[in-house]
Amino acid sequence: MNDKVIINDLTFYYGNNSAVKNVNIRVQENSVLALIGPSGCGKSTLIRCINRMNDIIPATRTEGDILIDGGSIYADKYNVSDLRRRVGMVFQKSNPFPKSVFENIAYGLKINGIKNKYDIETRVEKSLKGAALWDEVKDRLDDSALGLSGGQQQRLCIARTIAIEPEIILMDEPASALDPISTQKIEELIQDLKAKYTIIIVTHNMQQAARISDFTAFMYMGNLIEINNTEAIFTKPGLEMTENYVTGKFG
Amino acid sequence: MKHLNRKIIYDIILSKFFFIVGLSCLIILFIIMLFLFIEGIPVLNHVSLTDFIFGTSWYPTSDHARFGILPLISASAAVTLLASLLAVPFSLAIAIYLSELAGNLIREIIKPVIEIIASIPSVIIGFFGMVVVAPFLQNNFDLDTGLNLFNAALMLAFMAVPTIASICEDAISSVPASLKEASYALGANRWQTIYHITVPAALSGIWTAIILGISRVIGETMVVLMVAGGAAIIPLSIFDPVRPLTSNIAAEMAEAAVGGPHYRALFAIGIILFIITFIFNIIADYLSGKYKFKEG
Repeated sequence: MNDKVIINDLTFYYGNNSAVKNVNIRVQENSVLALIGPSGCGKSTLIRCINRMNDIIPATRTEGDILIDGGSIYADKYNVSDLRRRVGMVFQKSNPFPKSVFENIAYGLKINGIKNKYDIETRVEKSLKGAALWDEVKDRLDDSALGLSGGQQQRLCIARTIAIEPEIILMDEPASALDPISTQKIEELIQDLKAKYTIIIVTHNMQQAARISDFTAFMYMGNLIEINNTEAIFTKPGLEMTENYVTGKFG
Repeated sequence: MKHLNRKIIYDIILSKFFFIVGLSCLIILFIIMLFLFIEGIPVLNHVSLTDFIFGTSWYPTSDHARFGILPLISASAAVTLLASLLAVPFSLAIAIYLSELAGNLIREIIKPVIEIIASIPSVIIGFFGMVVVAPFLQNNFDLDTGLNLFNAALMLAFMAVPTIASICEDAISSVPASLKEASYALGANRWQTIYHITVPAALSGIWTAIILGISRVIGETMVVLMVAGGAAIIPLSIFDPVRPLTSNIAAEMAEAAVGGPHYRALFAIGIILFIITFIFNIIADYLSGKYKFKEG
């Protein structure tokens, strides 16, 4: 399998504090990588480096490099908008725009140059089906997205992300604010999405990481402690620290 | 136990006190309104309602006095409209710049400066309009007088900009960062995010700001008294001198015989002004409710 994303000796600073320290990770194409670790260990900061979302935070600095399909995303004059089209992101708290369900998805298409009304309608429907939301919202496409339930809003955010057909999807604890049934739907969705996308997901839920991911990386205090295939991390971790964390002895 | 009783008594006295203070505001407001209507309504003994509102001649002191206030209403409307057209885009640009584009340092400097501008007494702005803007307009546009509709609108816009810009800036700044991040994450650039996401999400506050600014423009008296020119004609050009409702009351009240038709007519104009600002407040309420951003 190809390495879709290669994180090379990445260090990220907020001011003078490094939140991510010399991290090296390779992510295979069409796999799911779960990032686990206690709060504040740098998981979220790390995935926000992959679509350069941290650029909008002032007084931050990045060292090292991230390659996607072999090309550096920190290269001079690299177009950040293009990067974010290729690397979609789903946030911890569902954040639909205060617009209609339809417009929430159409917005991403329009700003990416798709003007044809028929194309937009087709892709809105396709992405809603892709996010397993179509049946629930097909009769209320013109209603405000803020009227949807929390789980539906989060799936709408996933639909919005896959509508512009990225190659990689970053998920920052996408199910942490949801009830068990909504969480299950999101997890099933991630399994389906793996066929087309490379997924990197941050999660605090060990069972979730074990269920949905192919590979798991354990981080602590900004350092990558251990990375392996998920089964190995959860059944025979290489380090005692990892074992203590995945079995709930600390964290 | 004694201590506790004392606390309860304090509590009762204080809550009664604030109740009375709050109520007195309401009562005073009601009395003013009542007074306005009692003094103003009898104008209908001298002129019919349609002639009053749609009459085009305002000759309150001639032998055959005419009380048509259409020139005054149209002057107020024209000045307000022009001032809004000048102030709203400018204020929005300032608000967007301050909240989305300016660095922290610049914002910390400019925001207070804008709020200080809001506290300049209107007579000083009127003075500036008279002494600086009027001669400039007169000389450069070859006009009979620089005291005219455009001058008044310009000065009023200058007064409205701080109000509108400051409230708009608050509204735009309070749009959750998560919405902007969602937009950036889809590949949107800064301008697309501002135009399609941030500003629409702040619309409720922006509308409130605009209506508050316009209310201030309609009610402003001193500036228009000084720079609008004072001619009770229906304006046909933006350089015509005009006489808005407020300045008309201020200019003539001192010379109107108490209880006479002229006096009644001036109070009736007050009623019209009251109704206009009342309607604007209702519109502001409606709009701020309609676009209210509910967080998911």
